[in-house]
Amino acid sequence: MATIEAGRERFRAALRDYQRAAGGFLTGAGLWLLIGLFFVWAFFQHRDALVTGLVTGSVFALGAIGITLIYGILKFGHFAHGDSMMLSAYLAFFLVSGVIVGERQDTQALPVNLGDLPGAGERIWEFSFGYGLLLAMAAAAVIMAGVFIALDRAVYRPLRRRRSGIVIFSIASLGLALVIRSLMLIFWGADPRSYTRGFRSSFDLLGTRVLYDQLFIFCMAMLLMAAVYLLLYRTKLGKAMRAMADNPDLARISGINTEQIVLWTWGVAGALVAVAGVMLALQAQLKPEIGFIVLLPLFAAAIVGGIGSPHGALLGGLIVGAVQEVAVSTDFPLLGEVSPGYKFSIAFIVLIVILLVRPRGLFGAKQ
Amino acid sequence: MRLPAPRRITVAQVLPGLAAAAVTAVILGISFERSGDVGAVVSFYTSFLTVAALLAIISLGLNIQWGYTGVFNFGVAAFFLVGAYTAAIVTKAPATAGFENYVGGFGEDLNVVPALATDQWFPFLVALLASATICGVLAFVLSIPTLRLREDYLAIAMIGVAELLRRITIEEHGLVNGTRALGGIPQPLSGLTSNADYKYIMLALALAALLLVFVALERGVRSPWGRVLRALREDELTTAASGKNVYAFKTQGFVLGAVIMGIGGAMFAFQSRAISPNTFTHFFATFLIWTMLIVGGSGNNRGAVLGAYVVWGFWQATQLIQTYDLPSVIALRISFIRDLTLGALIVIVLLLMPRGLLPEERRVSIWAERQVRRLRRPPRDGPDAPAAPAAADEAA
Repeated sequence: MATIEAGRERFRAALRDYQRAAGGFLTGAGLWLLIGLFFVWAFFQHRDALVTGLVTGSVFALGAIGITLIYGILKFGHFAHGDSMMLSAYLAFFLVSGVIVGERQDTQALPVNLGDLPGAGERIWEFSFGYGLLLAMAAAAVIMAGVFIALDRAVYRPLRRRRSGIVIFSIASLGLALVIRSLMLIFWGADPRSYTRGFRSSFDLLGTRVLYDQLFIFCMAMLLMAAVYLLLYRTKLGKAMRAMADNPDLARISGINTEQIVLWTWGVAGALVAVAGVMLALQAQLKPEIGFIVLLPLFAAAIVGGIGSPHGALLGGLIVGAVQEVAVSTDFPLLGEVSPGYKFSIAFIVLIVILLVRPRGLFGAKQ
Repeated sequence: MRLPAPRRITVAQVLPGLAAAAVTAVILGISFERSGDVGAVVSFYTSFLTVAALLAIISLGLNIQWGYTGVFNFGVAAFFLVGAYTAAIVTKAPATAGFENYVGGFGEDLNVVPALATDQWFPFLVALLASATICGVLAFVLSIPTLRLREDYLAIAMIGVAELLRRITIEEHGLVNGTRALGGIPQPLSGLTSNADYKYIMLALALAALLLVFVALERGVRSPWGRVLRALREDELTTAASGKNVYAFKTQGFVLGAVIMGIGGAMFAFQSRAISPNTFTHFFATFLIWTMLIVGGSGNNRGAVLGAYVVWGFWQATQLIQTYDLPSVIALRISFIRDLTLGALIVIVLLLMPRGLLPEERRVSIWAERQVRRLRRPPRDGPDAPAAPAAADEAA
């Protein structure tokens, strides 16, 4: 009996070693190689889709960085993130146009709105919007930061005081997601809307047509990512945030006011969510249903990059966005063309693959 | 001599009954007020109760996953959808008309023995079995990449699965007839009565299925197996340290919950006769069930059933209210207001009554109950008097 047991044990150990060696390549250098190859291949084969994907991906990255911040510091998956993005897009829309649905679901515009400021609707450079939208976006960022802080006070802090499990926080955020979604439907109806109408000018980049709006979205996202990076790695607040992400108890006993850090985190996440939401609506449209389902690429981006890592969220977002767009424009050998309806499901497949080969993500800390 | 203190009745004790009574009163009251006819009220309440029972089955499935095992499934819709569609394509006749495309259609082939009226029940049993099996297999496959990871990764992965499956039903036109819905699903035992009275048979079937699932689950969670599930929900490391294969037990809990959801989904398909991808939205098929479980009390099977009844009652009440002449501001938005209330309800219950209407019992164990009863029994004389049992460790 003993020899059989020992033989079995030896076999298991051999199998484990083999798995470790094979998996080591796929999870380490091999994965990076695969990602690199994908981008090179997409650049030559599907340049249009790649450009669109990178723009979409930069929006995902903006959203994912909020998720990764909340994950890192508060330790829970914030399932209201996508709906908050949509809500802030609607807030900006409301501020710039004053539109709200009337008593009978008809569109009504308030007489006073930011779009009425002199020249607010005039197009800046080659973009499709004027400074009114930018003002509205800034206002929405302030409002959302306030909303997030208020929600923390009202909902998450009592749960924190009670030392609830992280899953309870996630369920609460899901409840809030429902509330936010219904509020959007109540005030703005289910019909899709968009910020601007009419022609959007474009320019030529390496043989593909790129909208100036897309350029704006991409640059805006990169700018904000850089700002977040500076905040986290060059300021005292950022240092405290990282300390708290590392070990909340240790942070507290070394004199960091953790409750205040939590409020700052919500504030930063709220402002980011607002900009991400406006960008999302600018590159597609405003639609309440998108809010929930956009969670898939957001979480996929955060997990691909590694929870708690801002540059991971950036890369994860770009990867998820690019894979999504390229996949729906590729003719696969067995499946044939993938319908664009599957777009968000592709983010999920990316997520499953990364969970299988490297659950901690590209830049995640070793567990 | 000291008298025992009078037992105080707390709010928490009467709240479950109060909630159920209030829902029943509102449903019966409004429907009677609107129709003024007892027959119509009975008929309405019958179909209300049928759907409530079927949703309660799914809520029980979620309770096994979340309430007992602690597996965090935000994709109930996936199993609900798979169960319902499987049952539909097993029992339906093969697609014939040009505008209706779907795979399967085994209903007529399953009419094995003409004498025993097998067409009335056999295909449906096969369908239930198929739904349960496919959901179980799906859950097992999904458990492989996700169950070893953080619990919230499973949640997001399950949202993805639910979305992917719903997308497949929409996009693959030949699979289950796409968005045009799959109608004309046969109903079990429909030959017994006229069409008008069939709803009572359906109610009986739904309640029977609910009872069966409930009893089986109660037996399961009060067994040593159920104790392991609860233990690993509270602390995986400790459970692993006491020699349990945590991953295996988690998989079992997850798969069992999915199987029950599949059965519930299959029954739902028989009840509603027509299903479409729009039936299985994230809101209806996932969050509604979650609201039921959170409101009712996760970790308590009776709570799961009560939650289903109360929340579904609330849902139906908002539909009944629509028959009144409401101001159009509200009338056009009543479904959004309902969703808003359900979302707020989750948050409020988590904040004010985190354990739900019927909280989890402190002892969920037939064995432990028996021990307690033996200890409380007044000691008898004689050699066979049961001694206080030694602190026997729970033979889990």
